[in-house]
Amino acid sequence: MEQLNGWFTDLLSDNTIFTANTLGFYWGGFVTTVQLVFLSLVIGMILAVPLAIGRGSKRRWIKLPIYAYTYVFRGTPLLIQLYLVYYGVVFFEGIQDSIFWVVFKQAFFPALIAFTLNTAAYTTEIFHGAIKNTAKGEIEAARAYGMSRKLMMRRIILPSAFRRALPAYGNEVIFMLHASAVASVVTIMDLTGAAYYVYARFYAPFDAFIFVALIYLCLTFGIMFVFRKLEKRLLAHLRPRGA
Amino acid sequence: MNKWITGALIAGALVSGQAFSQAMAQESQDAIRLGIDVPYEPFVVRNAEGDLEGFEIDLGNELCARANLECSWVEQGWDGIIPGLLARKYDAILSSMAITPERERQVLFSLPYYNTPSVWITARDRDIDIDDKASLEGLSVGVQRGTIRDVYVTQEYGDVLDIHRYGSSQDVVNDLKSGRLDLTFEDFPIANDAIDFRQDDSPYKQLGDSIKTPTSIFGEGAAMAFRQRDKALAAKFDKAICEVYADGTFDELMEKYFDYDLSVRPSEQDCAE
Repeated sequence: MEQLNGWFTDLLSDNTIFTANTLGFYWGGFVTTVQLVFLSLVIGMILAVPLAIGRGSKRRWIKLPIYAYTYVFRGTPLLIQLYLVYYGVVFFEGIQDSIFWVVFKQAFFPALIAFTLNTAAYTTEIFHGAIKNTAKGEIEAARAYGMSRKLMMRRIILPSAFRRALPAYGNEVIFMLHASAVASVVTIMDLTGAAYYVYARFYAPFDAFIFVALIYLCLTFGIMFVFRKLEKRLLAHLRPRGA
Repeated sequence: MNKWITGALIAGALVSGQAFSQAMAQESQDAIRLGIDVPYEPFVVRNAEGDLEGFEIDLGNELCARANLECSWVEQGWDGIIPGLLARKYDAILSSMAITPERERQVLFSLPYYNTPSVWITARDRDIDIDDKASLEGLSVGVQRGTIRDVYVTQEYGDVLDIHRYGSSQDVVNDLKSGRLDLTFEDFPIANDAIDFRQDDSPYKQLGDSIKTPTSIFGEGAAMAFRQRDKALAAKFDKAICEVYADGTFDELMEKYFDYDLSVRPSEQDCAE
């Protein structure tokens, strides 16, 4: 222990970058990143459920607009979407005097809107794919019980589809965490923003970015762990016996 | 006896050698060459006739006249401008070179002769007193990340202002215009190009004075650079710089090329000798 302590003290002895001040920046960035990613994922998922059902609808006027939405948001870079929401909204005449300005004045909400729309588009496609791939046997069994379409959706298709969508959705969560690094371009002090600041302040790109990379790694590891546990519980019925 | 003769001969050789090298120095100092990177408007450009002109050309010629030196200009690209000086392609650099500790290890700097200021800018209808810190609480200011302006604002106003850091100065200007920012603290030449704030009916205005101090943040400014050993030559130019400031010649030249103040008046202490 003493040895470890000594090693640690030596390691930090000629360190001028990681002071309480810069660590405070990183902590603030950590909180902002987690907030931003968590909120956009939750809202995105809530949006994605009805959109995914609508995406599989037989009615074209429901299906096509949703398809267009997911196509546009999956087909353009998140950075561009963020720029458009953040710098684009100010070109609407008189927005500064409207009630929306409270939301668009800060950088946080435009970023949240862009991230939410982006992740909702991907999640819609993930859920839609899972719904489409529901085993025919399950649907036929539900029909045989005389379930209406609504009831069948609620009791059979959605619970089954969500479980099967879990691994793909776990990936989307990790992608979203990493994609959130673009938030710093609209002045949000997220983890990457904090790293940029330390880099620019001390001209130390390696130290600043390796530290923030380690934090992202820890976060990713936490997300992977949670999804591993969830998959183990919720997908138990799909594993071969004894495995 | 032999020893005495040898000693006398050596002494004689030393004395004459010294005289000779002094004569050489005299000759080379009467005609000196100034290195400059062209073009850097409005400091130096090549005009239609092929001659160099601009603020630094005028200033350099003026300084040379006062130091009683015959000066000629040598063009040199920025990357090789210090190696060129050390390789004796010219005797001094007069090319908007900012004084930095890294360069000070290589060259000898004169007194700084100019420094571009930074300015606070806000919308014309805003009533903000930048010196009354308490009243600034909660206002937002935009700066370009990692610049000296970022350092200054963080250090001096970090506890009251909400600092937004942008990747480019273009983004800062955009958000000032969109109304997201109450203030910006910007390099004067950049602001001059990008924001309309100089006229009485401009949509934006300058708050307080232009800022060039503390030099620990803003740097001392641009100076002439010499080889480390040419202390006498540097002293001549220091004296000339003091003179052009003292008798108003610098201000005349500045007004000819600029409509803002980039002077860094040397202190009496610097001009004492």
